[in-house]
Amino acid sequence: MLLIDCPWCGERDQTEFSAHGEAHIARPQNTAELSDEEWGDYVFFRKNIKGIHYERWVHDFGCRRWFNAIRDTASDQIFATYKPSDAVPDITAADKASES
Amino acid sequence: MNNADSKTESPGTDKPGTDNAAMHSPGQSAAWQRMASGSSVDTGKVVHFNYDGKQLRGVVGDTLASALLANGVRLVGRSFKYHRPRGIFTAGSEEPNALVQLEDGELTEPNTRATQVELYEGLSATSQNCWPSVNFDIGAINSLVARILPAGFYYKTFMWPASMWLTYEKFIRKAAGLGRSPVVNDPDQYEQLHAHCDVLIVGAGPAGLAATMAAARTGARVILMEEQPQVGGSLLWNQASIDGQPGMEWVKRSLSELEAMENVRLVTRCTVAGYYDYNFLTALERISDHLPVAQRSAGSLRQRFWKIRASKVVLCTGSIERPLLFADNDRPGVMLASSLRTYLHRYAVLVTNKLVVFTNNDSAYAVALEYQSAGAMVTLVDLRDDNELADNRFVQQAKDAGIVVHGGCGIVRVNGKKAIRSVVVGRLDAGKKGTSGPELTIDCDTVGCSGGWNPTVHLHSQARGKLQFEKSLQSFVPDQSADAAVAINPSFSAGACAGQFSLNQCLIEGFSAGSKAARLGLDSSGGPAVEQASMFGSTSEAVGEGIAKHADMLWTVPTDHPVGEGPRKHFHDLQNDVTVADIHLAAREGYLSVEHLKRYTTTGMGTDQGKTSNISALAVMAEIRGAQIPEVGTTTFRPPFTPVTLGAVAGQYTDDLFLQSRKTAIHDWHVENGAVFEDVGDWKRPWYFPRAGEDMHQAVQREVATVRKTGGMLDASTLGKIDLQGPDVAKFLEMIYTNAWSSLAVGKCRYGLMLNEHGMVFDDGVTTRLAENHYHMTTTTGGAARVLGWLEEWLQTEWPDWQVYCNSVTEQWAVIALNGPVARQVLQQCCDLDFSEQAFPHMSFQEGAIGNIPARIFRISFTGEMSFEINVPARYGRHVWELLYAAGQQFDLCTYGTEAMHVLRAEKGFIIVGQDTDGTVTPHDLGMSWIVSQKKHDFLGKRSLSRSDTAREARKQLVGLLTDNPETVLPEGSHLVSEILEAPPMQTEGHVTSSYMSPNLGRSIALAMIDNGLARLGESVTARLMDGQLIAAKIVEPVFFDSKGERMHD
Repeated sequence: MLLIDCPWCGERDQTEFSAHGEAHIARPQNTAELSDEEWGDYVFFRKNIKGIHYERWVHDFGCRRWFNAIRDTASDQIFATYKPSDAVPDITAADKASES
Repeated sequence: MNNADSKTESPGTDKPGTDNAAMHSPGQSAAWQRMASGSSVDTGKVVHFNYDGKQLRGVVGDTLASALLANGVRLVGRSFKYHRPRGIFTAGSEEPNALVQLEDGELTEPNTRATQVELYEGLSATSQNCWPSVNFDIGAINSLVARILPAGFYYKTFMWPASMWLTYEKFIRKAAGLGRSPVVNDPDQYEQLHAHCDVLIVGAGPAGLAATMAAARTGARVILMEEQPQVGGSLLWNQASIDGQPGMEWVKRSLSELEAMENVRLVTRCTVAGYYDYNFLTALERISDHLPVAQRSAGSLRQRFWKIRASKVVLCTGSIERPLLFADNDRPGVMLASSLRTYLHRYAVLVTNKLVVFTNNDSAYAVALEYQSAGAMVTLVDLRDDNELADNRFVQQAKDAGIVVHGGCGIVRVNGKKAIRSVVVGRLDAGKKGTSGPELTIDCDTVGCSGGWNPTVHLHSQARGKLQFEKSLQSFVPDQSADAAVAINPSFSAGACAGQFSLNQCLIEGFSAGSKAARLGLDSSGGPAVEQASMFGSTSEAVGEGIAKHADMLWTVPTDHPVGEGPRKHFHDLQNDVTVADIHLAAREGYLSVEHLKRYTTTGMGTDQGKTSNISALAVMAEIRGAQIPEVGTTTFRPPFTPVTLGAVAGQYTDDLFLQSRKTAIHDWHVENGAVFEDVGDWKRPWYFPRAGEDMHQAVQREVATVRKTGGMLDASTLGKIDLQGPDVAKFLEMIYTNAWSSLAVGKCRYGLMLNEHGMVFDDGVTTRLAENHYHMTTTTGGAARVLGWLEEWLQTEWPDWQVYCNSVTEQWAVIALNGPVARQVLQQCCDLDFSEQAFPHMSFQEGAIGNIPARIFRISFTGEMSFEINVPARYGRHVWELLYAAGQQFDLCTYGTEAMHVLRAEKGFIIVGQDTDGTVTPHDLGMSWIVSQKKHDFLGKRSLSRSDTAREARKQLVGLLTDNPETVLPEGSHLVSEILEAPPMQTEGHVTSSYMSPNLGRSIALAMIDNGLARLGESVTARLMDGQLIAAKIVEPVFFDSKGERMHD
């Protein structure tokens, strides 16, 4: 069971959270002007990464806040969690540290 | 019983474990005896127990297995497939054979390992998988037809004809499994416990104790868990010394130091069963299983299920001896060599006085020497040839003690079925592929075999740790190199589970692991350094010393026939009855990968999960393929390490605590007035209110008719309610709903549909503008949490700068829906507001008081009648309900439940999201295009409504159905066809979503989703039921009653 560092509350058991897939997909502003294919990409298509994945989580049974996590989908190692308003953390350092 | 020449005390009738000696039935040996003392037992204190209906005696500290052996009971069960007689094979949790049914009635538990069941006064156990008795078992006929029951038998035989599977299944199910499941509720109490620590140490043998001391001395919070009731591990049964003192003296000293430390928790009788991500581990602690049944007081705990989050984990789980694979190696009396030492030194049971020790390594020589010195006749058979044994000091010691050592030999046959009478030893050929020369028969009743040792790497492996093959041990050990470290599960392995087999190494490596774990667990300061100092001093080299050099390991001991031919079987998995020949068969048929091998032969499955068989299976497959063991692979170890009681996993969360129900503020009134309840989500809602003599149908028909004739009141408190505030709420609602919201005036209500981004309807409800920047949203009962989550998701992730604040107020307001022609008059009795059409029009809201209770009153309708929904603070809910109910009596007002509500809304063609829709339905499919704004630039899901598939003609659309026979009510879910064939499959064109008998129309009505339905009004369709019955119906508009909506107004 993952141990997740909620940016608002701190480390909590995975059972308090739910995951909501790929992060950093902005809703298009000009939906009426999009082709079916462009709109379909936004609604249906997600990356299915083996490796470093930027993803959305919400602390349902806690502060109910949304945040993002950077997780290796193969090892389940979480390199960082951050608020939606935060800059995306640079994990190269953390990544390297974890390798050494 | 002939033990006159024994060096121990002679049996007397009042001595424990001996009163059975006169019973010389088959399957019992006459050569056992109880010694004077053991490290785990008090031989002076007798414990009575019952096994298979016989009264037997053991002593305090016995396991069921040691007590049975002390009574000479050898035959304890029948094997899974062939029903072969089986005996106790081990002394620990790896036991594959000695599975017994413990107790009976509500306390019964199947498949308990006799080697782990602690004996208590009055214990009752029976053998399993045999009928009518373990001694005479009808199922043993399977072993006569063994030739036609090889691996994969079921897969090959029961595949065709497919239609027969249901018949086969009944018989296969009957034959499957070993013990009997309890058939009544478990009366025992369990609990879950969450624990946190800096260092969790698993296993309290020498390595685990050293690790615990090292970690504890840093001040770290430490938990030490031990499966056995006693700490000490191998020191409980070997003759090792530490600092010149017996090993157990060191254990006692360590224990008293640890017990004095507040930062240490020591838990015995506790098996760490699972190792999950981020050092989350689960463990089962057995609290009262070892107590006599009468002493387990009602309400006290039986077992505790631990959920532990540890910063660091140190695994000191020891090792499990490996059996040798020789002909008929499953006979009762064939045991792991080390288990004989355990029974002798821990439980004071000399298992036999006629012993053959069969080994390929040095560790078993201690067994031979110790049994010899305890008075047994011992012969050694060693697979290693004379060259390999030259200069071996253990061989010399054995010979000096007068033990005959047959080097370069193997056991080729075992005589005796329910008990061993003798073994036949043959000399191995040069290539060790067969035997030749004269054979030697040795009288014995017990064979202690040792094929080396497998480190217990289960937890390391569960934690995603990698394994590496250690050639000198011929087994897998944890890969603890930095490259292999699992970042999310920081842990160390020390002692025998890490392939460290000398006592000195166990102590040093254990201490080092504990120290590292504690310091890494602390902050950067590192904590005080702990020096090993002179903690241990010198140790004798007795633990598993000289675990062999196995460069040319012989995995299958040859017999006079090639493997798989002749009458004899080499079992490698005793619990699942899998033989070496089965592995050869699997290989011949192409099941070469480990995972295929496991599933085809079932090796490594069952309650023991192959603890004694996995590595042997890999090795045999490697031999067949001419590959190295690591190339064949390893099986994946999965939790739990040993079986875990399901009741313990559930813990205290059973019955009322399993799923708590939500009740409205008016609930007790409904109970007092005879309501029948229905579960809606977690809510208990009144379904209908039957009057004397009414069944459900009659009650519902009366309620539905009464609401339209006079009026009715409904407890609508469960409706989801969300309070929305802020200057941007209107803008937000424009995005959330399909229709226009900015134009909604203060005091007005509006119905809205919510779509997801796929353009599909996912909730509906009425939202009211209470004030300029204050709105009250209602949702479906089941969708309340989902809608709140949806709103928060968009506000937090997409529009964080919009000033909208939402809060669930579902529980804060009790809601009473007052419906029907008399609704206004009833309300007027209790409230001073002007309820006239002009003053309080449909779809508007006012604040007022019912009696003196402040209320929010909404004029909205889900029945098509004149209707008010009265919201009062929840604590006044029942009071206001009673006021309105009393006021309504003179108008013949009734109470009604959810079923009548469903019929009433269906008469009006009002949808229920989730019943008439299923996540594939757009507003247009519902005939609700009127609610989709054409003017708005955007709202959630809007763009999807013009995708080619959502915009196409002839999608499934909501329509009404009227059956040709007005008395027939279509079953909900019925599929509808135009062209009726004699038998399915037929082309379905849709299905019935709602269907009721309507008293107001005097006939049945239904709603359905049908292909191109709106264009097919007047056409006929047919529902074909499971029993072949055909029901014809006509497609009509989905509004059956008051289609102009006049009744909601004056």
